[in-house]
Amino acid sequence: MSVAVNNNVENHDEHHHHKETFITKWIFSQDHKMIAKQYFVTGVLVMGVIGVLMSLLFRIQLAWPEESFSVFEIFLGDRWAPDGVMDPNIYLALVTIHGTIMVFFVLTAGLSGTFSNLLIPLQIGARDMASGFLNMVAYWLFFISSVIMVASLFVEAGPAAAGWTIYPPLSALPQTQPGSGAGMTLWLVSMAFFIASSLLGSLNYIVTVLNLRTKGMTMFRLPLTIWAFFVTAIIGVISFPVLLSAALLLIMDRSFGTSFFLSDIFVQGEVLHYQGGSPVLFEHLFWFLGHPEVYIVLLPALGITSEIIATNSRKPIFGYRAMVASILAIAFLSTIVWGHHMFVTGMNPFLGSVFTFTTLLIAIPSAVKAFNYIATLWKGNLQLNPAMLFSIGLVSTFITGGLTGIILGDSALDINVHDTYFVVAHFHLVMGISALYGLFAGVYHWFPKLYGRMMNKTLGYVHFWITAIGAYGIFFPMHFIGMAGLPRRYYTNTAFPYFDDLADINVLITVFALITGLAQLIFLYNFIHSMYFGKKSEKNPWKSNTLEWTAPVEHIHGNWPGKIPEVHRWAYDYSKPGKKQDFVPQSTPIASGENITEH
Amino acid sequence: MTVLLSIIAVTLLAISVWQITKIFEISNLGAKKDNSQIASEKDNDLQGKLMFAFLVFIYLVTIYSFASYTKVLLPESASEHGYTYDKLLLISFLVIFIVQTITQALLHYFAYKYRGINGRKASFITHNNKLELVWTVIPAIVLFALILYGMTTWSDIMNFEEDEDALIVELYAQQWNWKARYAGDDNVLGDANVRFLNDFDGRNSVGIDASDPNSLDDVVVTQEFHLPVDRKVIFKIRSQDVLHSAYMPHFRAQMNCVPGMITEFSFTPTTTTADMRLNPDVVEKVNRINKIRYDNSQELIAKGEEPLEPYQFDYLLLCAKICGSSHYNMQMKIVVESEKDFNKWLNQQKTFSEVIQ
Repeated sequence: MSVAVNNNVENHDEHHHHKETFITKWIFSQDHKMIAKQYFVTGVLVMGVIGVLMSLLFRIQLAWPEESFSVFEIFLGDRWAPDGVMDPNIYLALVTIHGTIMVFFVLTAGLSGTFSNLLIPLQIGARDMASGFLNMVAYWLFFISSVIMVASLFVEAGPAAAGWTIYPPLSALPQTQPGSGAGMTLWLVSMAFFIASSLLGSLNYIVTVLNLRTKGMTMFRLPLTIWAFFVTAIIGVISFPVLLSAALLLIMDRSFGTSFFLSDIFVQGEVLHYQGGSPVLFEHLFWFLGHPEVYIVLLPALGITSEIIATNSRKPIFGYRAMVASILAIAFLSTIVWGHHMFVTGMNPFLGSVFTFTTLLIAIPSAVKAFNYIATLWKGNLQLNPAMLFSIGLVSTFITGGLTGIILGDSALDINVHDTYFVVAHFHLVMGISALYGLFAGVYHWFPKLYGRMMNKTLGYVHFWITAIGAYGIFFPMHFIGMAGLPRRYYTNTAFPYFDDLADINVLITVFALITGLAQLIFLYNFIHSMYFGKKSEKNPWKSNTLEWTAPVEHIHGNWPGKIPEVHRWAYDYSKPGKKQDFVPQSTPIASGENITEH
Repeated sequence: MTVLLSIIAVTLLAISVWQITKIFEISNLGAKKDNSQIASEKDNDLQGKLMFAFLVFIYLVTIYSFASYTKVLLPESASEHGYTYDKLLLISFLVIFIVQTITQALLHYFAYKYRGINGRKASFITHNNKLELVWTVIPAIVLFALILYGMTTWSDIMNFEEDEDALIVELYAQQWNWKARYAGDDNVLGDANVRFLNDFDGRNSVGIDASDPNSLDDVVVTQEFHLPVDRKVIFKIRSQDVLHSAYMPHFRAQMNCVPGMITEFSFTPTTTTADMRLNPDVVEKVNRINKIRYDNSQELIAKGEEPLEPYQFDYLLLCAKICGSSHYNMQMKIVVESEKDFNKWLNQQKTFSEVIQ
């Protein structure tokens, strides 16, 4: 297994003679397909279930505040839910860890880890990642990070509870909340491992895309999935180190008495020694990752959607070059908009104007993408598979959620909705739900590539429709709660009689959340059941053009027996005039007299 | 907690079972393949129609939400800049509403209209530069207009001038309550720092520097603070421990409280508390809340507990930045009243020099 996978080796038979032991095949595997599955199981099936479960717990608390529920006792125990009543500290911890897990573990590692790993080598025509070993190390660092994050749930004073943005001084001083003790230490250690994992993974993706493309696979013949994964990896490499530096400085403040983020603090009758630091500095460092992170989550989902919408529309993706250009524009702009999270932090108002300008600029490439998706559907012959439904669903929530960004990105309007439920509704739709839809779409579409079997379509349809209705049912009314002036991260709204008439809406949201949450069990069942008992898949079940479908259904090390296919055309020759079939795989040579599609 | 642990143990067990059974599965390779899990023409037909139905669903949710939730929204602004704010908000919402209605219609209608039929070939359209230019330029123009409007509004709100006759008020945040400090007759706040908090046996509740002559006439209040109507207020905002955010939704005002620095915000209240209580939207909201509270009280009485007190409208200062366990209950009442009533109220409060004697 230690043999470097080399694209120049045309006859790949030698690789099949390696003896694979249980450990090298299933645990310390260096095969990108196995690593993709490992990411999916750890990031989505395990961490995802924990993250969603937490949201259901705090939604129950929000709908029926301070009431006693045995489900709280079961999951939180006597310590955090005495007599079944949730403790305010664990409420904040649940909100914090839910955010952390969903953003980083599920939608970054789970989504990119699964699909970048599975698809980059297969779609560019490579035997494996540039470095199988680093790829394996990246996964295991992520695994360690997950274990530490889950372990932090069990420390005595509770897990980190300062919000997923862990703003100091709250996150720096254990005197200010119990979660900022050992729980926060573990959070920071876990994230350090996570960032290391993400960097190794991203570097591998970048190098692989740049160097290991098969003959004929020029950059402008890459499927949009690969463009998205490639650019995502670049954003990750640019921004994650800044979060690491913020985390390290925070660790210094917490444990070694430095004052990077702290100054003039008085807690529990005592003046602390910190002098001269500023929490605003931390906010800058955090959001320098934090905002690109939104696109690290979203771009892979958009890439997946591009591929699935084109394939299932039986039509070329509309405006391929514009799509690539908007991915690049979004990536560039994403690194200069972070300040829109900080309009009311006391930052210089002039900066507010600058960030408003760059933020609303980013809406332009986003709009181009949305319109291009719609134009791809136009005059297509839509095959409405579950993956296609989730992709269309993504475009829908991306528009609905994205549009309210016009309000939040406008510094003047942000003043009164900042840190209210309006923000929660906005980002859940535009990045949470949209990215999850991309994840689901990807799983339904590439399940045959992962396990050689098909997922059940009927269950897929049921899963989609309950989720689609639920997503709007949860997050549409939530905008109004925010516009009514209710701040986020409140353990209960009952302390303010002024918010009493929001109680009904909160119940409605929770009911939708519970139904939608439970509906994900359909997906889990479908996934696990299909893994063993699903119908066997054909080599190219969706009649797709991309290279992964030319590889055999059974996974082999090195992906293709014999030669790697050469590429002769772009990925989107669907329904090309003059062709008998409505698809022409990228590996099909240009026939005599055939025009090369201009795109 | 043991239950959580055992759930994770079960999950890990399930994974290892999966890993092992997967090995057995290899012996099962080469079974028959079948296409029954790919969307058929019938599926396309049904799902396409459902897509159209979903468009109707989105519209209905929108209409229902606006019809039944508009009443819970904030009443008209009680500050001067708030009117501009509300106008900008309305215009932005109109843009959003129009774009949302059109794009969702196109998306779902196309999903329905072009649902797959066996044997039909899709049109081979790769791109259309003119069309793409149109939908790049139009959003760009609309957004530029919004940006310009937004920037002027923002700049008007944030770049306030320190007029002589503006009232200076310090908002002081700590876990988990608010205090307000008035500058007194000289309208200059005395210096302050957390280092002074333990002076005078803890009576120096916001850490005023007693050696600064400007500080002696300062007035610190808790629970509620008053503002004169139609007079510009400049808030100097501090925190003694963690980040908080001074959020006054009725005035369209929010600014973070940052330990180690003083942040600022300014607005001019336009409506007294008494007048706002007569606002029809507020009257309706208060009645609705009191009906809910009455119903809840009946339940409490049946259980032998104290009923809830009836609610009366007041302006609020809330904390909008996560700040620990009682973040949800960090509030202060704001009373806006005539200059005369305000002065009367302020004169009844103890000055700093009286407090430390």
